Amino acid sequence: MNFEYTFHWRPVMRKLPDLLEASLVTLQVSVLSMIIGIVLGLVLALLRMNGPKPLAWIASAWVETARNTPALFQLFFFSFGLGAFGMHLTPYLIVLFGLTFNNAGYLAENFRGGFQAVPDTQLRAARSLGMSAWQSYTRIIIPQVFRIVYHPMTNQLVWAVLMSSLAMIVGFRELAGETQALAFKTFRIFEYFAVTALIYYAMVKIILGISRLIAWRMFRY
Amino acid sequence: MNEPISFFSGFGPKDLWFLAQAAWQTLIISVLSISAGTVLGIFFGWILSESKIAGAITLGFVLDAFRSVPLIIQLVLFYNLFNVVGLAMNPFWAGVIILGVYTSALVANVARGGIEAVGAPMRRAGRSLGLSYLQTMQHVVWPIGLRAVFPSWVGVALGVLKDSALVSVLGHPELLKVARDLITRTQQPLLVLAVAGAFYFALSYPISRYAAHLERKWQS
Repeated sequence: MNFEYTFHWRPVMRKLPDLLEASLVTLQVSVLSMIIGIVLGLVLALLRMNGPKPLAWIASAWVETARNTPALFQLFFFSFGLGAFGMHLTPYLIVLFGLTFNNAGYLAENFRGGFQAVPDTQLRAARSLGMSAWQSYTRIIIPQVFRIVYHPMTNQLVWAVLMSSLAMIVGFRELAGETQALAFKTFRIFEYFAVTALIYYAMVKIILGISRLIAWRMFRY
Repeated sequence: MNEPISFFSGFGPKDLWFLAQAAWQTLIISVLSISAGTVLGIFFGWILSESKIAGAITLGFVLDAFRSVPLIIQLVLFYNLFNVVGLAMNPFWAGVIILGVYTSALVANVARGGIEAVGAPMRRAGRSLGLSYLQTMQHVVWPIGLRAVFPSWVGVALGVLKDSALVSVLGHPELLKVARDLITRTQQPLLVLAVAGAFYFALSYPISRYAAHLERKWQS
């Protein structure tokens, strides 16, 4: 084995502020895609369970496509695919839409499982206490569903952060994209990606820590 | 459909065959890395379940790191590391090795869950009946644990099948890489993406249906 490579960490350390700034972009895009994804996922789950036929069918197609094709494929759809219709999104929007599409699909299945885990009698009991359909959903059903889907949701947020690294391929400068741009400028590819891996690791651990703290505060009783 | 463009040739039957070969590459990469990763992962899972504290600090920490760093970063990082230490290898094998290790990190968790699902009383009962440690593992833990975690294992396998698309960053002509190249040539992104997506769907959907079916069957 001929080991002729000398590691150079200084160029990476000099660019560390840039990487940390880019990691904030990563967090921003993944959290935003998660928030929109939760709303869309809720809508998809409800449509799939008791929406009118054509809408339920569209929701199923969305969920199955999101779950059965690679996330990168979905990003390609929003970059080249929409280009075919003459819609050229900015890299930021490509990543945001791609992640949101994927998150919504996975979350919809989680929500569906959550809704099915809450017994029907809960809804009937709420209705017979005189609550409107809206009230019984927002005050009785959804809080119970939320408790069930909380852990899958935090997992999905972690996945969103990890998935956002695919932005590197469609040319968006979040953490992975920034790393690639810097790495190929200096040819210190290994060093840059090693530091970036550490930053991702730290981000995931911080997210999991915070979510555990929130769960501890919220689900105490 | 007959567009008067001469620079780019349209999507033809040959390209369909080209995509099918690429789908075959995706399948081979996935099968190799899933089977290697499963064997390794079950071994790791066994270590994790048997050596609670020491295993969790050392092996558990390393495996957790593999799960907490994006696969695409791992691919670029280790592909370059192989080059750095003078073990240069082609993108295919580099992809299979990295994907296999990544799979093993995911499977280890599943396997540990399976072993723990069986529970100590059941294993003690096996040992009390005079079965050796290995026999208990083979005839008690394996059949019961497998049923408990098989659906999650299928979930991992499907995830890896889809994640194998990322080997395209190393330049191996798997399905998504070929699709991208075809888009550049044919300028028919929608058609090419639809075909590539259909291949992925055809690989993944039947397995996920089958897993859901098994899960329902075993629950009753």
